[in-house]
Amino acid sequence: MNIEIITLAEVQDIQGEAGNFSVDVLRHPRYIDEDKCIACGICAEKCPKKIIDTYNAGLSKRKSAYVEYPQAVPLKYAIDPDTCIYLLKGKCRACEKKCPVDAVNFDQKPETSTLNVGAVILAPGFEPFSPVKFENYQYAQLPNVITSLEFERILSASGPTQGHVTRPSDHKEPKKIAWFQCVGSRDMNRCDNPHCSSVCCMYAIKEAVIAKEHVGDHLECSIFFMDMRTHGKEFERFYENAKTKSGVKFVRSRVHTVNPVPGSDDLELRYVTEDGTIQTEIFDMVVLSVGMQTPPALVELANKLDISLTPGNFAETSTFSPVATSRAGIFVSGAFQGPKDIPQAVVDSSAASAAAGEMLADVRNTCTKKQEIVPEINVQGDRPKIGVIICQCGTNIAGVVDVPKVVEYASTLPYVELATDKLFACSQDAQETMVELIKEKGLNRIVMAACTPKTHEPLFQDTLTAAGLNKYLFEMTNIRNQNSWVHKNNPELATEKAKDLVRMAIAKVAMQEPLEEVELPVNQTAMVVGGGIAGMAAAKSLAEQGYETHIVERDAVLGGQGRKLFMTAKGESIQEKLAEMIESVTSDNRIHLHLNTQLTNVDGFVGNFVSTLSSNGNATPLEHGVAVLATGASPYLPTEYAYGTDERIITSLELDKKLMDNDAALEKLNSALFIQCVGSREPERIYCSRICCTHSVENAIQLKEKNPEMNVYILYRDIRTYGEKELLYKKARQLGVIFIRFSIDNKPVVKTENGKLIVNVVDHILNMPLELNVDMISLATAIIPNTDEKLSNFFKVATNSDGFFIEKHAKLGPSEFATDGVYLCGLAHYPKPIDESIAQAKAAVARAITLLAKETVFSSGTVAQVDPMLCASCGVCVSICPYSAPKFTEDGRFAGKAEINPALCKGCGLCSASCRSGAIHLKGFDTDQILMQICEMDEAV
Amino acid sequence: MIKNKIGSVMVVGGGIAGMQSALDLADAGYYVYLVEKKASIGGVMAQLDKTFPTNDCAM
Repeated sequence: MNIEIITLAEVQDIQGEAGNFSVDVLRHPRYIDEDKCIACGICAEKCPKKIIDTYNAGLSKRKSAYVEYPQAVPLKYAIDPDTCIYLLKGKCRACEKKCPVDAVNFDQKPETSTLNVGAVILAPGFEPFSPVKFENYQYAQLPNVITSLEFERILSASGPTQGHVTRPSDHKEPKKIAWFQCVGSRDMNRCDNPHCSSVCCMYAIKEAVIAKEHVGDHLECSIFFMDMRTHGKEFERFYENAKTKSGVKFVRSRVHTVNPVPGSDDLELRYVTEDGTIQTEIFDMVVLSVGMQTPPALVELANKLDISLTPGNFAETSTFSPVATSRAGIFVSGAFQGPKDIPQAVVDSSAASAAAGEMLADVRNTCTKKQEIVPEINVQGDRPKIGVIICQCGTNIAGVVDVPKVVEYASTLPYVELATDKLFACSQDAQETMVELIKEKGLNRIVMAACTPKTHEPLFQDTLTAAGLNKYLFEMTNIRNQNSWVHKNNPELATEKAKDLVRMAIAKVAMQEPLEEVELPVNQTAMVVGGGIAGMAAAKSLAEQGYETHIVERDAVLGGQGRKLFMTAKGESIQEKLAEMIESVTSDNRIHLHLNTQLTNVDGFVGNFVSTLSSNGNATPLEHGVAVLATGASPYLPTEYAYGTDERIITSLELDKKLMDNDAALEKLNSALFIQCVGSREPERIYCSRICCTHSVENAIQLKEKNPEMNVYILYRDIRTYGEKELLYKKARQLGVIFIRFSIDNKPVVKTENGKLIVNVVDHILNMPLELNVDMISLATAIIPNTDEKLSNFFKVATNSDGFFIEKHAKLGPSEFATDGVYLCGLAHYPKPIDESIAQAKAAVARAITLLAKETVFSSGTVAQVDPMLCASCGVCVSICPYSAPKFTEDGRFAGKAEINPALCKGCGLCSASCRSGAIHLKGFDTDQILMQICEMDEAV
Repeated sequence: MIKNKIGSVMVVGGGIAGMQSALDLADAGYYVYLVEKKASIGGVMAQLDKTFPTNDCAM
């Protein structure tokens, strides 16, 4: 309601200053009136002009009148002016003649309007690199050489082949597919993209694994790569499984030519293997893993808006303000900030929201609209009057199920007042008709036979609320995913099944009573656990947005691991910035510091936590509405590579200390050597610590700059300088740092002989054993989470097998927990550099503020309730509940009986299923309702 | 101190990043203009098949 979506629009200019900008927005005509269009699709059906379907990455055709895909938002057709016959040649107008609602309007003109806003967030994204100019891969000439985005469409059930993996030239199922990595990334020779696109290694593995799932194990998938960069959370494990379980082949080589095999559509690849021999191999298909780049038009806009760009044409940001552009009040997120994957884009988008919120906190709620509260109609005691709506879902349901028959059948069932169908029941206009129908016919129960309640139930429930009906007087049954999609080949039975499902839903909803949601206040105080960089950044952002914040830190000082670090990848002094940060946190009177303090208990639930802070034996309670966990991580203490036996063998952090102290001994070194993956990517720790490659490369550069004569070696397994950190890797090579790769089964050996520090390693290019005599060894040690089981139990948050906290959703909820009101950031989530830690801290705050801003929360109506008269006090519910919702009543008439806190109950039903006395009812899923459904299936005896 | 601050924010780009920003801001009490170049929001993610690690349909 407070988001206005403006499509087909471009920003032309931004005037003004932070807090008060005027933005010129050019809106291109859609040629279809959004208010009138009902997305029936007749315009597209009648449109005679076939054009390339960009949604399917050019693999199929669509019409000039189009909607990109059936789930598009807004679900309104548009006419493409670049291809429309009428707009180009002045004749046709077939769509206009056939549109049943007169929505086509060729008189629409481009319009420019000026909008006043306090802040701007740029999230314009990227363009996939076009491999046309790579002549040796012959992308433009050979149909079976495709891009990764095209392959993504081929894999998709909604794509041109319905997910059946076939190659474009002859629609044959391929037997061998090759992926080429770094196409348009890490390449200054054939394109100007020096950066690593960060995502291609992982998506190539994913595509290969899924392709094998689709086609079968006999499909051979080979990925040709330079360095395998699986530096994200759980990525390394996925890579290992792809190798060992899925049988994906990984070939470390850059393919130099692709040639057609005469007389067939197959492709011949020539490449040099690691041992230097030239190989020729035939494949059915080649997928080019194309990188991300900023489109030229965006570069132009950035220049016009006075936004500085990096050498790779991404928006320039600093490590300590990772989402602020060079122009105050304009923030950046997503791939325009730097090449990144979905979770990282989601993190910095929330961070950008927090950054905008910090600036505009005092004008919050000044431009928003409040939802009108419709008084609820009392239906208690009324005879059920059920409305049944059958969704066609375009052709998704109607293409298989005979919808009119189901409608006709439904109208004959008991208590059904009205049955009707809708093209898309979820469309805006359908919601409006639903409200009218409810009012007009006096309906008091609704059945929706459509898609999945998981995505659409809240929308329909809002419609009920808008019509004055209690939102629980609603039942949704899935006749798409569990019917029309799976019984495509059997339409008659699918129609019968739809009838059964509708009948059951009607039986259930007839027994449904209105349910109440308990309103609970949200305490407006926040608690942050951990006073490192992430914790401080979170506290500062909360305070800036007006919330009293408490930092709980077990150490005597703030700063965490940040105190041990020398310099960021962008060359900023960490100690200087950290000191500024500590000063701004300590001087902020909205931030309350609890140093030398541990968390010893947590009670309560979302919006109403009571935590016990213990310091020197004194325990004090703290009431707070939200908690941010920023408990950090620690460096791994190595036992390998002779660490501890010689003071010249040190860890990365110990080298940072020497650099910070400006240790004069460093420049006198004749040689220094770095060993990567010390404790990371090992069987007992199957994850990449993400930052160590960049850290060592950066320190190697420091040493080279101190003393260009110094021999500096980096022994590595894969260099993972993702994003624009790749430029540091390049710089290091230019400065003469020598990179030697080793494999996990042939690690370097460190020894001291006659006072000399000697490293033996097999050189991967020469395939020869080398003996290096060095003056210092720096070990890039793993990052280990500070696992605290007590803390996990306090907030009921889980950790993964590596000990990092598990977020709500790996992609869409990276900075929050499944437990409401609890958020996470920093190293406790996964190893990450400072900019990403700060971004995640702000993101956690943005998510927390969406809760704090509501000021009250409603518990769900579908919660379990105990009938104390039947309760036997056995305690099964108390012990089985994963959310600690049931407990024994302490006093009163029912002391000793179980009761359930509706604020903690998630309605999972575990307790009601396990209650041996039948004392627990799950509202909305009560026994009589379920029994009625079963009876309707004729399953009850 | 900025004069005449405005409590609305413009988000340019309706992909996964822009949508996340828009939702956070709207829920925090700001009016959001979500400006998208194409005819519908969703961005590149809507074109992806499944995403790691849950293999959820990206749509």
